[in-house]
Amino acid sequence: MKALILSACCLLGLAACNTSDKSDNLLPIYGNREAVTKTVNGKTVTDTVYHTIPDFETVNQYGKKITRKSLDGSIYVADFFFTSCPSICPIMHRNMLKVYDEFKKSGNVKIVSYSIDPRHDSVAVLKNYADKMGITGNNWWFLQGDKQAIYKLAESYLVAVMEDNKAPGGYVHQGYFVLIDKQKRIRGSYDGTNPEQVANLIKDIKLLQTEPQSMIAQ
Amino acid sequence: MKFKIIAILFIAVTAAVYSCQSDEKLEFMRYYTTGQELYKTRCQNCHGAQGEGLAALIPPLTDSIYLKTNRNKLACYVKNGLKLPIMVNGKPFNGEMPPSGLAPVEIAQVLTYVQNNFGNHLGLHSVEKVNKELESCN
Repeated sequence: MKALILSACCLLGLAACNTSDKSDNLLPIYGNREAVTKTVNGKTVTDTVYHTIPDFETVNQYGKKITRKSLDGSIYVADFFFTSCPSICPIMHRNMLKVYDEFKKSGNVKIVSYSIDPRHDSVAVLKNYADKMGITGNNWWFLQGDKQAIYKLAESYLVAVMEDNKAPGGYVHQGYFVLIDKQKRIRGSYDGTNPEQVANLIKDIKLLQTEPQSMIAQ
Repeated sequence: MKFKIIAILFIAVTAAVYSCQSDEKLEFMRYYTTGQELYKTRCQNCHGAQGEGLAALIPPLTDSIYLKTNRNKLACYVKNGLKLPIMVNGKPFNGEMPPSGLAPVEIAQVLTYVQNNFGNHLGLHSVEKVNKELESCN
């Protein structure tokens, strides 16, 4: 009898596992999408084409050229900041450090912080900033590029940035952490100034890491 | 009769001392609570909810010895900002703090909060003290 109860419990446990393993807790895919019909091997196939992050050209804190391709094979988190930012950047990067610490040992998660003040944030300034944050290696890149191109790029991450002489530090920008999957699609957007949302981001990155390749193939 | 007078005197004196103390305490609490609100809106982004600072970029506010030894300069730092390299918790910081634009009474309130939170116990930093310190800013 005892064994029966025990095995029933085990079964229940397994069943519970199965339901929670169901793929309905996949992360959503953000941005515009369109249906594209094309002919493959004589058959008409309709595919959904999702919004993806376009190519960009930047330099990281080590002076190395970084493009969209440099992030191939990585899940990554992007944000927009500037080193002399007196308002929300310190709190954003205090929270981003938690993400960095959580994933610095797993090779497939990166963080990219685009500077929106490239005139001041030279490679040397970015390197100094990274050093002071205690960032080593290639898990967190601080990127500098053409200002207008970066502002345009921010739009594709669905983040608003702009110059404003009246704002503290001279720029206004949103403090979102944007989660990008290996297909360069936006899978989440989190308020980088809110520790609870950053905790959700860490959870979602782990979820994204377990997403099977077949489901993300475009 | 003599005993009664002594007793009444004694009670009066204790009451006076006691009310004095609670006045002081009330004053402290007024500074502290307003200072807490000011800290949240004006300082916390950089220095953190626990006064922890940010890595080697922004100094923490938990170094009681630094606060104690530099107590007379704190008002000027908050008012005018700070560019000098400083040592906090044994580590160098050479970033820049922007001027706060706070009024002297607000500086006193926020300093009272910081100096009695994050493990610090330095007591009231009155507006009179702040006004005096601001006269000799560099």
